[in-house]
This record gives sequence, C-alpha cells and structure tokens, in this order.
Amino acid sequence: MDWNLRLSLRVRSIILSLVILVVSLGVWELSISTGGSDRPLTEYEILTGGGAPKAGVPPPSDVIAKAYEELSQPFYDNGPNDKGIGIQIGYSLYRVLSGYFLAAAIAIPVGFLIGMSPLMYRALDPYIQILKPISPLAWMPLALFVIQDSQASAIFVIFICSIWPMLINTAFGVAGVRQDWVNVARTHELNNMRTALTVILPAAAPTILTGMRISIGIAWLVIVAAEMLVGGTGIGYYVWNEWNNLDLTSVIFSIIMIGFVGMVLDAFFGMIQRRVQYSE
Amino acid sequence: MTAPFLKIEQLAQRFPSPDKGGDQLTVFENVNFGIEKGEFVCIIGHSGCGKSTIMNVLAGLGEASEGVVVMDGREVKGPSLDRGVVFQNYSLLPWLSALKNVTFAVRARHPGWSKEEVKAHSYKYLELVGLTGGAEHRKPSQLSGGMRQRVSIARAFAIQPKLLLLDEPFGALDALTRGSIQDELLRIWQGTDLTVFMITHDVDEAIYLADRVLLMTNGPYARVAESVEVGIPRPRSRDEIVEHPNYYKVRNHLVHFLARRSKELAGKEHASANGQPETVRFPDPQDEASERDEPVRPTLRAVNE
Ligand SMILES: Nc1ncnc2c1ncn2[C@@H]1O[C@H](COP(=O)(O)OP(=O)(O)OP(=O)(O)O)[C@@H](O)[C@H]1O
Ligand SMILES: [Mg+2]
Repeated sequence: MDWNLRLSLRVRSIILSLVILVVSLGVWELSISTGGSDRPLTEYEILTGGGAPKAGVPPPSDVIAKAYEELSQPFYDNGPNDKGIGIQIGYSLYRVLSGYFLAAAIAIPVGFLIGMSPLMYRALDPYIQILKPISPLAWMPLALFVIQDSQASAIFVIFICSIWPMLINTAFGVAGVRQDWVNVARTHELNNMRTALTVILPAAAPTILTGMRISIGIAWLVIVAAEMLVGGTGIGYYVWNEWNNLDLTSVIFSIIMIGFVGMVLDAFFGMIQRRVQYSE
Repeated sequence: MTAPFLKIEQLAQRFPSPDKGGDQLTVFENVNFGIEKGEFVCIIGHSGCGKSTIMNVLAGLGEASEGVVVMDGREVKGPSLDRGVVFQNYSLLPWLSALKNVTFAVRARHPGWSKEEVKAHSYKYLELVGLTGGAEHRKPSQLSGGMRQRVSIARAFAIQPKLLLLDEPFGALDALTRGSIQDELLRIWQGTDLTVFMITHDVDEAIYLADRVLLMTNGPYARVAESVEVGIPRPRSRDEIVEHPNYYKVRNHLVHFLARRSKELAGKEHASANGQPETVRFPDPQDEASERDEPVRPTLRAVNE
C-alpha cells in the first residue's frame, strides 16, 4: 500500500505495462500448448496425416525466436521470395516517404494558396470534397493502367492518400492566422513572400504539422494493403507471402514490426510538431 | 500658415447596414485635425466612437470611406515603416522570443544590415525599455503583460518611425506598471522629433503625456469636437503636475466633456466654419498665477481615476 504511493506514476505505469505483457503472453502460450502436441497421436490422426506440421496460431515463444532470428540478420537477400525483414521494411519506407513528400510538396503550397485566397478556396472546395473520401486503393487499377508500373503505382497510391490531410490542414491553418499578425507584417512593409515565410508559415505550422502527422499515419496504413496488391517487395508483400506459406509465426512477427515502424514514424512527426508549437 | 506634419481632412467612415436595405452606419464624419512635427497628441472619446478606426486609417491598415490623410506632404496609402504602431493587444509574434520580435522589425527596416548590426540595434531599444538580462530570450507567453507591452514599444521605436501610433497601450496594465512605462515612453520621446498619436481612456494619462488632447463626440456621426492644449511645461513629474494651476482646469474640462458634452454635442455640426475642432486654451499660468500663488486644493487631489 505504502510503497505503491511512493513510486512515481511513471515507474508504476511501466510496471503495469510489463505485468500486462507477461500475463497476456503467458495466457497466449498456455492456451496453445494445452491444444496438445505433447499428447501421443491417435491412430486416426496418423492415418489422416494430422501428425504433419499443421498451420495453427504459434505460441509467443516461437514468435520471439523468429524475431531474434530475423532481427539478427535483417538485410540478407536470397532472391525474390526470401529477403530480410530490414530490406522489406526499407522498400516500404522508400515508397511511403517518396509518395508522402511528393504529396507534401504539392499539398503545402496549394494549401497556402487556398488558405490565403477565399476565391481559390471556394473554387477548389468541391473537388477536394469529392476526392477526399475515395479509398486510396480504389485508384490502384487506374494507376496501374495509366502508369504501367507497379512500383510507381504504389507510390501514387501513397501520394493520393496522404495529400488530403496535409492540404486541408494547411489551408485551414493559413486561413486561421490572426489578422493582428498579418497586420504586423503589413506595417513592416513585408512583401507577400516574406509575409508567407516569416509570419504565416510559423503561425500555421502547428496545424500543418498535425496534417502531416495524420498523413504519415494513413500512408503507413495504406502501404501494407497496396503492397499486398502489387506484390514483389515490401512489408505488405512479406505478410501476404508468409500467409501463403502458412508461416503464421512470420506473419505475427511482421505485424508487430509494422506497428513498431508506424510508432516510430508517428513519434518522429510528433517531435517536430512539438518543436513548432507555440503558446499565445 | 504652413501645412502641419500630419493632416487629416474630411475623414469619414461608413459601414453598410447589417440588415438589407437599411441606412448605412456612419461611425464618424467631418473629422479634421492636424498634428505638428514632434507633437504628442492624445485622443479621448467614448467606446465605439471610432478611435481605433481612425488609427487604422492613419496606420494605412484600413481605408476610410471619405477623406484623406497627408503625412509629410504625401497621402497615406497603405502601411509604411514611417509609421510605427503599438497595437492594443501588443500583437507580438508568439513563436519568436522578445529579442527576435524586435530584430524582426529591425531587419524589415534595414534589410542591408548584418546580423550583428541588427542585434546591436535591437538590444539598444530593449535596453531603453529595460528588458535585458535574460528576459529578452523568453517568448511572449512567458512574459508578463507589462513586459510584453515593453517589447511592443521597443519594436515600434526600433524602426525609428516618424509617427508613432499607440492604441490604448496601457489599458491592460496595473497602475504601477503603467506609470513606469509611461515614463519610459516620455523619456524615449523627449529629445527626438517623433510625433506621437495615442488613444486613451484615461484622462490623467492624457494630461500627463500629451501636448494636446483631442476630444471626440459620441458616435454614430462622431467627430473631433475640441482640441485642448494642456499647457503644462515639460519635463513633467507626477506629483508636481497636480500643483500646476492648469491641471485641474484641463482635467475638469476633459471630465466634463466625457460626462456631459460628448453626448450633447453628438451629431451636431461644427461651431467653427472651417470644420476644424475648436481650440481650448487655458491662460498661461506664468502670466497670471505666478504672483497670486493660487493655493492647491487638497480636497480635489484624491481624484485619481
Ligand atoms: N467592420 C465593421 N463593420 C461594421 N461596423 C464596424 C466595423 N468595424 C468597426 N465598426 C463600428 O465602428 C465603430 C467604431 O469602432 P472602433 O473600434 O473604432 O471604436 P473605438 O472608438 O476604438 O472604441 P473602443 O474605445 O471601445 O476601442 C463601432 O461602433 C463599431 O461597431
Ligand atoms: Mg479601440
């Protein structure tokens, strides 16, 4: 009771997290081993081939062993269907980041334009409203047909899914810049370019970064599905491939890796977001 | 008579009526006045009579419906670095430190200067308002209201404008801070040929700071009705100023105007033919009161706001 109060919230939360981890892994492990592979096979099972390795949910110990094996040599390359997890994630990151930054390069300037000009806002709004709710994967067939290249099509899908949150947030942030600050720029005779860079951009930066953070999250969600469709390389293809091999241990391991990379991406943008945050 | 440094002629501001088909709202009209170079002028009037609107026009941020503003022989069209503005809410850029807020302005004024020159110049003005020793590196959100106001004043002074426009700059400050920043403002202003135009609600502040106080009637159809010359020599000090024979005359005149005449005069045509505000001048105390040595009236002394 007493020690409980003396430990800081941080320490207690870490302890609780570890307890939850151990308990859930324990339950998982036990629930699978009682499924009984230790029990001798019945005659029926031997006859029907039940003794052969069967696809089942693997226990966490297998997944941990797999993780250790994969992470100790992440970049090996034994041909198209056997590459290290590091290489697969590298391909996915390459696609996500190139599609994402391409989208940012367009969304932020256009968002500025929309945010600064009520005319442009009204003119472009219907297009944005129609294009925004389209599932990015719906673009895939069209992209494959027009671009004729699966790699570029995957990048295009990332581009199209990450452009909207950045575009809308930039426009929203720019339009919401306080008139007082714009007046400061005007009384100091700043030209439009200087005003945009030294007043409007920093004023709208927290909102823009929120959009960029949402976009990178969506891009990482979409890349898995996109790579399952286009195949070849990438973490999405890897998951799909291991499922076809009925290697559920690898599937679970790669699911965890997808979550981990997504977390790192989000944390990175969260850090930049805190940098540009200001309080009035 | 030569034209004054700043000349406002037939200024009027009308806004379209909020309900369709209604008459438009005339906030003020027939506003005429001039300000000489180096003069310190305060303008007083009830809330909503259009003081901020006039200031926005002087700053070039807003456009009047009618009339012209001429400064230094040139018509005011759009904002300019020749006119420094201290906004009512400070309007500091919250993502920049106090120092950066000032260098922001200095860099705009002197684009050719090196980093060191810009910094040295900015520090000079931060020192003038007493904001150095670490505080200059803090963001506005980490500064008190008074400190923010000092940064805002330093920023306006650092661009060395010809005309300084202040919109109720001390409204949100406590009396003590207000007093010290008023003194700083006077100290910086004295010895320059800077012209100051300041909005205030505080009669005592106006008398302490200004050479002349402009009085506005109530809106709508507000106008600048009178121009009261304070006529108290400088440098002024807070405790001596109340002993000056003009002090209560001016003060009573201003208070009376705000309490009664601003309403009575509202909407009426100018008494003087040329549309200029009537000049109110009290007899020079040096001539009359020097020998009679008018006694101070302690009963009225406590009237400080
Ligand atoms: N954009 C606008 N549209 C319609 N009316 C406006 C607009 N801007 C200002 N007004 C009106 O003009 C009048 C003068 O406003 P202004 O802000 O200049 O008053 P003020 O004298 O500065 O008052 P205060 O002392 O309270 O600051 C007000 O009655 C206000 O309602
Ligand atoms: Mg005002």
